[in-house]
Amino acid sequence: MLEFLQYLPEVFTPWNFMILVLGTVGGLILGATPGLSPTMAVALLIPFTFHMEPATGLILLGAAYTSTVAGGAVSAILLSIPGAPANIATTLDGNPLAKQGKATSALHYCFISSFVGGVIGVFVLIFFTPTLSQWALGFGPSHLFWVAILGVTVIGTLGSGSVVKGLFSGFVGLWISTIGYDPVLGVERFNYSEHLGGGINIIAALVGLFAIPQVLSMLTPQMMPGGVQKFAMETQSVMTSVKETLQRWKALVVGSFIGVLVGLIPGAGGQIAGLVAYDQTKKLSRNKDMFGKGEPAGVIAAESANNAMVGPSLVPLLTLSVPGSPTAAVLLGGLLIHGLFPGPALFTEHAPVVWTFINSLLVGQLLMCVFGIMIARYSRFVMDIPEFYMAAAITVLAVFGTFSVQNSFSDVFVMMTLGIVMYFASKIGFSPSPVVLGIILGPIAESNFLQGQMIAEVGDGSFNYFFGGPLNIVLVGVVAMSIVYSAYSELKQKKQQRTAQQNDADYRAEQEGV
Amino acid sequence: MFSSKMSRKLATKTLTALGVVSVLSLPQMVQADTFPERPVSMVVSYSPGGATDFQARIVTMLAGNESYLGQPMVILNKPGAGGKIGWDFYASKAKKNGYELAAYNVPHFIAQSIVFKTKYNIDNLEPIANWGADPAVLVVGKDSPFNTLEDLMSFAKENPKKVTFSGAGLYVGHHIAFLQFAKESGLKMTYIPHKGGTPAMKSVMGGQVKAGFNNLSDAFRNRDSVKILAVADLQRNTEFLPDVPTFMEKGVNVDDSSVNFRGIMARKGTPPEVLSYLSQRVPLMFDDNKTTKKMSAAGSPVRVLSREEVIKMWKEREIYLKELLADLKK
Repeated sequence: MLEFLQYLPEVFTPWNFMILVLGTVGGLILGATPGLSPTMAVALLIPFTFHMEPATGLILLGAAYTSTVAGGAVSAILLSIPGAPANIATTLDGNPLAKQGKATSALHYCFISSFVGGVIGVFVLIFFTPTLSQWALGFGPSHLFWVAILGVTVIGTLGSGSVVKGLFSGFVGLWISTIGYDPVLGVERFNYSEHLGGGINIIAALVGLFAIPQVLSMLTPQMMPGGVQKFAMETQSVMTSVKETLQRWKALVVGSFIGVLVGLIPGAGGQIAGLVAYDQTKKLSRNKDMFGKGEPAGVIAAESANNAMVGPSLVPLLTLSVPGSPTAAVLLGGLLIHGLFPGPALFTEHAPVVWTFINSLLVGQLLMCVFGIMIARYSRFVMDIPEFYMAAAITVLAVFGTFSVQNSFSDVFVMMTLGIVMYFASKIGFSPSPVVLGIILGPIAESNFLQGQMIAEVGDGSFNYFFGGPLNIVLVGVVAMSIVYSAYSELKQKKQQRTAQQNDADYRAEQEGV
Repeated sequence: MFSSKMSRKLATKTLTALGVVSVLSLPQMVQADTFPERPVSMVVSYSPGGATDFQARIVTMLAGNESYLGQPMVILNKPGAGGKIGWDFYASKAKKNGYELAAYNVPHFIAQSIVFKTKYNIDNLEPIANWGADPAVLVVGKDSPFNTLEDLMSFAKENPKKVTFSGAGLYVGHHIAFLQFAKESGLKMTYIPHKGGTPAMKSVMGGQVKAGFNNLSDAFRNRDSVKILAVADLQRNTEFLPDVPTFMEKGVNVDDSSVNFRGIMARKGTPPEVLSYLSQRVPLMFDDNKTTKKMSAAGSPVRVLSREEVIKMWKEREIYLKELLADLKK
């Protein structure tokens, strides 16, 4: 049980520790680059580990995984451009906080809650791997379909001015996700041009929808009501931030719990964790209206969730070679290169390597927090860069990041096109988050539905397959609750507005009557 | 320091990729005596971290040695549509000068060229050498009631369509193995395509499907969580699975048409002297001890074939697949 303590000193050998520090700092910087997702970072680093000791190589990959997830929050907060899909929820409150001149606090909240969530996640990996890995296997197409639908129920209320606009954006995102070749049916859909042959890459969409409108509004400041504003960064002591984060323990608990759950589910991916956690925290909160306007709990929930997902995503990987997230899938390659075959024997045959790797994740969380807070201090210099330089730099990074995903110019065209359309759409109150969420959830919902249908057709029928069994019933219940609750709170808000208007009118009538 | 190294690496990657476009306008000048004088790129049509990508990175790791190519090889991932995106791009846009190569997967690309309208087929590509062969195996979950191929077949006979099979996708090796098995045994069964071998294996382990076809290497790695009932090859695999029978031993005429062969190819029209240079040196690189050791450490079977052998293998596969897929043409 406490075997991991035995191998703790291994992490602190000079060479290993140096690699861990380098990987963490490099990962934070890479993570902050729009379009360089954790998956990309780990994939790029695998060749570097060929000639390293297995433990050292894995430390590098683990550090990159951990810190890129957190690093993606820096650009999400400062520029409203998430570094990776996992950081979308962070933009919703992180950027408004920054605009209110609380950027330092927002970055502090983010790294402190990343640390808390991350440590909880790694502890789940250390203590519950054998118990939970079998449970993770139980998730089949029907369950994944419901998990994706749960994500869809969140779309309407995400960061848009109105529910209708949010739902419409979500619908557009879902439609975009159907473009290209369908792997289950083997047909091409909505392929109007050669550039769309491979479908729309999620990173290209993310960068286009978030970064390009920002660039365009930086270049046309007077046209954007409430667009990019310069803001000063305040100084805030770390201790104060720690206190303020811990005061919002509910958001931390919800975020970490949901992050752990989503990380365990193979095929769900970390990008859902932040969003679902954000939404649940909002629903449980007493001041719902503050969310989206700079509520610290929003940042805390999102960031604790996407880091809490890291450890658990390795639970099914290390014991069954079933990755819990796309990044974990790439990490599998890194394990195999060193002859480390996931399985029950891994923890006995290669105990030193595996435990050193897991410990490095634990120590890496602390380093990520420390260096992240240091980076937060220097972010003020980034904010002093004149806008047109900033716009140019973001454009270069956006093109570079998008191109490097699959070395494709088509992706760059797609990114630019989506970005320009989004820029005009944002002027009339649409926001990019629901679109990206639609693009992420579409394929998960659709392919699992199709697979489920195929299995159900020759099994015991669709209804039994999708609604039978305790896990399905629980998930359907959660989905139903989410829908009912959203509708209820929407109606309540409307009613409050109406009463407020009514009172206003009464008051004015009274005044005039006097 | 680390990140500068990394960005250099990224920069080379990007530059090579940019080279794809910029050099299009230059006249082609290749002299075999100077080839190669800059890094050689290789398109991999699958995502980073997948089996093809990860083997491609191992077998090209030594390209920089003077006795092989004397220049490093850079991997370009162009995943999508089961490999179609990468190969379409390669067969229509890559330059025919030997500096831009691609990895092939047989039967995938041949089957796709038969079923879909693709820009590639065996006639416009030139094999250089083959590095590996991964046969498809039939796997069932650890707790499955089937302990032998006979068990599964007799159940499938009494319950038509009820036996569900997972596999890595449509018209990939696993699917071909399934089609052959269904055809030769005359049984009605159901194939459920997944997005890659890993999710397909997960469905078998988790009991979401009753059986699956998957790579021998992956099944071998997961032998604690699955039962391996048969291998779709001409002989048993003595190195990894000596106890697992072939389909033929069990009286089902499934040959090695579904074996996933991986290797390197160039475009038709590449200068013959460059092709011969590559086809002499690349197999030596695959055979290097360092490469084979890394490959076997990762449980990936190595099978080095020369250019001539691969040309023959491609032709045989195409003839057979045309016959097998005749009724599935879209």
